[in-house]
Amino acid sequence: MGIIMRIWKSIILYLRYASICVRSAMQYKLSFLLMIIGRFIIAFNEFIAIKFLFSGFEEIKGYSYGDVLLCFSIVQMSFTLSELFGNGFKVFSGMIKRGDFDRILLRPCSPILQIIGNHFEIGRTGPMITAVITLVIGIRTCSVSWNAAAFFTLALMIAGGALLFIGLFMLGAGLCFFSIEDTSIINVLTYGAKSHGKYPIDVYGRGILRFCTYIIPYTLFQYYPLQYLLGRTTQWRLAFYPLGIVVFLALCYAVWRIGVHNYKSCGA
Amino acid sequence: MITMENVCKSYKVAKRDAGFRAACKALVHREYEAVHALNNVSFTVRDGEMVGYIGPNGAGKSSTIKILSGILTPDSGTCVIDGRVPWKNRTEHVRQIGVVFGQRSQLWWDIPVIDSFELIKEIYSISTPQYNNKLEELTQLLQLQEILKTPTRQLSLGQRMRCEVAASLLHEPRLLFLDEPTIGLDAVSKLAVRDFIKKLNEEHKTTVILTTHDMQDIEAIANRVILIGRGQILLDGTLDELRRAAVSDGNGNTDEPLDLDHVMACLYRNLNIL
Repeated sequence: MGIIMRIWKSIILYLRYASICVRSAMQYKLSFLLMIIGRFIIAFNEFIAIKFLFSGFEEIKGYSYGDVLLCFSIVQMSFTLSELFGNGFKVFSGMIKRGDFDRILLRPCSPILQIIGNHFEIGRTGPMITAVITLVIGIRTCSVSWNAAAFFTLALMIAGGALLFIGLFMLGAGLCFFSIEDTSIINVLTYGAKSHGKYPIDVYGRGILRFCTYIIPYTLFQYYPLQYLLGRTTQWRLAFYPLGIVVFLALCYAVWRIGVHNYKSCGA
Repeated sequence: MITMENVCKSYKVAKRDAGFRAACKALVHREYEAVHALNNVSFTVRDGEMVGYIGPNGAGKSSTIKILSGILTPDSGTCVIDGRVPWKNRTEHVRQIGVVFGQRSQLWWDIPVIDSFELIKEIYSISTPQYNNKLEELTQLLQLQEILKTPTRQLSLGQRMRCEVAASLLHEPRLLFLDEPTIGLDAVSKLAVRDFIKKLNEEHKTTVILTTHDMQDIEAIANRVILIGRGQILLDGTLDELRRAAVSDGNGNTDEPLDLDHVMACLYRNLNIL
């Protein structure tokens, strides 16, 4: 009972934080609108790029236009969700430099809750619109026969992807504790993966596929469950591969914890 | 009750010469230098005391405050505040303390002050009647009626500081840390903040630890002064005792009473802690 109450309180507190972020963003009306529209256009461009590419080809490595669109929208949706909720980790190095993390430690609640709550970014609804549109087109044009199992797999893929990207953002934030220098190398793993992940990872060859399985497990939410979803294999267990991302998230969290501990013993 | 015993803290600071070549060299091989921020610091503060904690820049004031508020873990030594070790049980500890940083804001920049207060109410899980009472009291004492609905970014520094002080007292902490609370304020705001803190101490017996470079703050608020220099406690007593120490050690032959800033400058020089 105690734990449920605590989780409930945390959620309420998170929503309070998020509502303040939204209200703050709306203080600047024009920039609020431009932010949403601008981000929508940027994300929509990528959709157009895929459409153009497929006007020259019928398929890529056996994936049809609809299949790639589905894959693109899953990655887009995951990434956008992770940015919506995990934006705090993305701007974390700035918080450390300004000394804002001290204030976070002075509050009697979880630092992670404060960080992600304080930087909930409503502007991400722009890419979200693109993601929803492409997802609908993808669902209608791909070769999947949609039943409950397929939708379940789809939901698991999106959730797993969002957790993976949040883990990467958290990892990047955790590294800020050890070095005040630039940790933008981590962007290769997030933005890079987002833009290349619109194609099923096996189109890049075996080496990349291995890296994306054993080093950063992108394939767990993208390539493997996609094989099951598109009916290229009958192995239903592939649909549950996204669950493995929890392990990766735990590792990222461990780095974060070590970082917080290090901060408390070294100062800023 | 605060007890600090033999607390030591040192930092590793990367060190390199000026210039581009040195910068490149530092990429490969880096030399570190240990800086002893705190060196066997011990003191006790009783409940309801108002202590001025002073010393030149870089003397170890902030490190002490950070250790007392649970942000920093010391290398060695013990520190107990009302039976709690600050860095061991952070959440429980920070519930009982308030911290005001004069140089940094804890209010949310773009929303009205009252919205910030409401969020703080949630963060500390303050009950609604308790919150309403406290808010009313603080609003009256700090004259916040006019400014509660203004976004923080539109407040003057003096107005903002009054709100900062209120924000750190909503949860009724037993212990209040003030880190340069009057920096940059005009005379009226300075007086308002000082008067308020004195009243707070009289009415609620809140323990106050104040760091500042403004000696008039110390004179107005603190009934005890702790002087720290190069990580060590050098003097601990009343302001008069400090004055006497300054005069007897150095330029003792002057008959004119020194003003406070001169007393401090004299002390810093005599103790060789600049």
